[in-house]
Amino acid sequence: MSKSSKISRRKLLGNLPKGLATLGLGGLFWGSLVKETSAESLVLRPPGALPEKDFLKACLKCGQCVEACPYDTLKLAPAAADNLAGTPYFEPRAIPCYMCTDFPCIKKCPSEALSEKEITIDGEASINNSKMGLAVVHKESCIAYEGIHCSACYRACPLMGEAIQLIFDKNEVTQKHANLKPVVNGDICTGCGLCEHACIMEESAIKVLPPHVIEGKAGTHYIKSWDPADENRLTDIPETKKKEDVESTLDYLNDDNLLDDE
Amino acid sequence: MKVLYTYRFLILRRLSQFLVLFLLAAGNWFGWQIMKGNLSSGELLGSVKLSDPYAVLQMLATGFWVGTDILVSAIIVLAFYTLLSGRMFCSWVCPMNPVSDFARWLRPALGIEKSTLSVSKSFRYWLLGLSLVLSVISGVAAFEAISPIGFLHRQVVFAAGFGWAIVLIVFFFDLGILKNGWCGFLCPLGSFYAVVGNFGVLKVKHEKGKCTLCNKCFQVCPEPQVLGIIGKENGFIKNGECTNCARCIEVCDDKALGFSLRIKRNKNNGDDS
Repeated sequence: MSKSSKISRRKLLGNLPKGLATLGLGGLFWGSLVKETSAESLVLRPPGALPEKDFLKACLKCGQCVEACPYDTLKLAPAAADNLAGTPYFEPRAIPCYMCTDFPCIKKCPSEALSEKEITIDGEASINNSKMGLAVVHKESCIAYEGIHCSACYRACPLMGEAIQLIFDKNEVTQKHANLKPVVNGDICTGCGLCEHACIMEESAIKVLPPHVIEGKAGTHYIKSWDPADENRLTDIPETKKKEDVESTLDYLNDDNLLDDE
Repeated sequence: MKVLYTYRFLILRRLSQFLVLFLLAAGNWFGWQIMKGNLSSGELLGSVKLSDPYAVLQMLATGFWVGTDILVSAIIVLAFYTLLSGRMFCSWVCPMNPVSDFARWLRPALGIEKSTLSVSKSFRYWLLGLSLVLSVISGVAAFEAISPIGFLHRQVVFAAGFGWAIVLIVFFFDLGILKNGWCGFLCPLGSFYAVVGNFGVLKVKHEKGKCTLCNKCFQVCPEPQVLGIIGKENGFIKNGECTNCARCIEVCDDKALGFSLRIKRNKNNGDDS
């Protein structure tokens, strides 16, 4: 009995480094593969998706949102892509989100990776509150900015006149016509991609990107004094731990030599 | 008809594997309500929500609170496979099993006898642990991100590209590098269900008195290490690594093996009967 346990212990000790090496190497490779595929990507998620990091944790890759989508908009990410395999996404130039008012994809999600809470404002869930992405117009290539009366994106927009507005401008070429320039209102745009789908150009001049790619963020040292609500951004800031050297500052300011030009 | 009887469990298993995958695919392609979703999570008959308990465990490891609905859906599946001894999933439902079985069947035909790798049978439990650690670190369900099982059923049910390529890699790995390599040595889902299977109820039972030591069961068994009691003592194949594939029952000419329920949960249950 003791002899057999001795042998197995020796065998175990012999195999341990081999196992650890394999496990370590495998873990490193596996981990980097997971990191690589779940890195911030440019894919658009279905409406109601949690912020990307939480979405990747919550999504079970079951595809029930894909099944629920009546327009075949949603697809599951393939293997070996820059998008976590099996997670749902859509490409608006192919098929945009048609913004079902009853959002069947969200309702079918078993894990709240797609959540009605994300599109609920003031107690009311509406597909118009979704933030799948944000449309951006490339002015330099958009033919409407050249003077052609296109307005395809404007008319395709489910929130016409709100999410995309047409700005009237003098046509400098003819001197007597108007340019009808599409401009996106980022506060209202849902990222459904109907505009990108509708763009009549060979390559769409209006594209939908994940909001975080485009959105800026003012630092906490810029506060809108005229907007009391903006003060709220200051509440969660940790206090600075930097010691202020009052003495040397005062010495510096009181130093007569500062004013002496001689 | 004798062939049908000889391979009765094998035929039932292939039918069961095909049916599950077919019904899931029909749920997507034809809108049938019998089974929706896929093997990660789904809905049965439009009402019962079911989830892969190991996938949910990884979700919890990422630090995401999954909510009671999904927890219940995972516990139902967990309870079901506890009754059916865990790895019954592997041999009766998992779509990778036919791939793995095909590679194993092809080996002698192609004259491939040796495995170029030797891996300990306990290695898969380390991988199981590693998958949870990586889930914690990366914030993503680590095995779900690379699971060939997922790639395969998503390929069939949702046509989510490149799934076949991953399945082919596993097939050639099993064929050329390690016999029964994926299912028998690596798959963390299999090891998860092996742990569950230790508490299983439906088990293969052996009657020593009838056994003629012909060794046929050892030859067909994908996990022969579980057959330690054959010809030595009466009782159940208790090891959770047994997949309940029932190949041993089929090949046993002496009726020394058969399915039975292990109801009494005490230390002597190996000696009863």
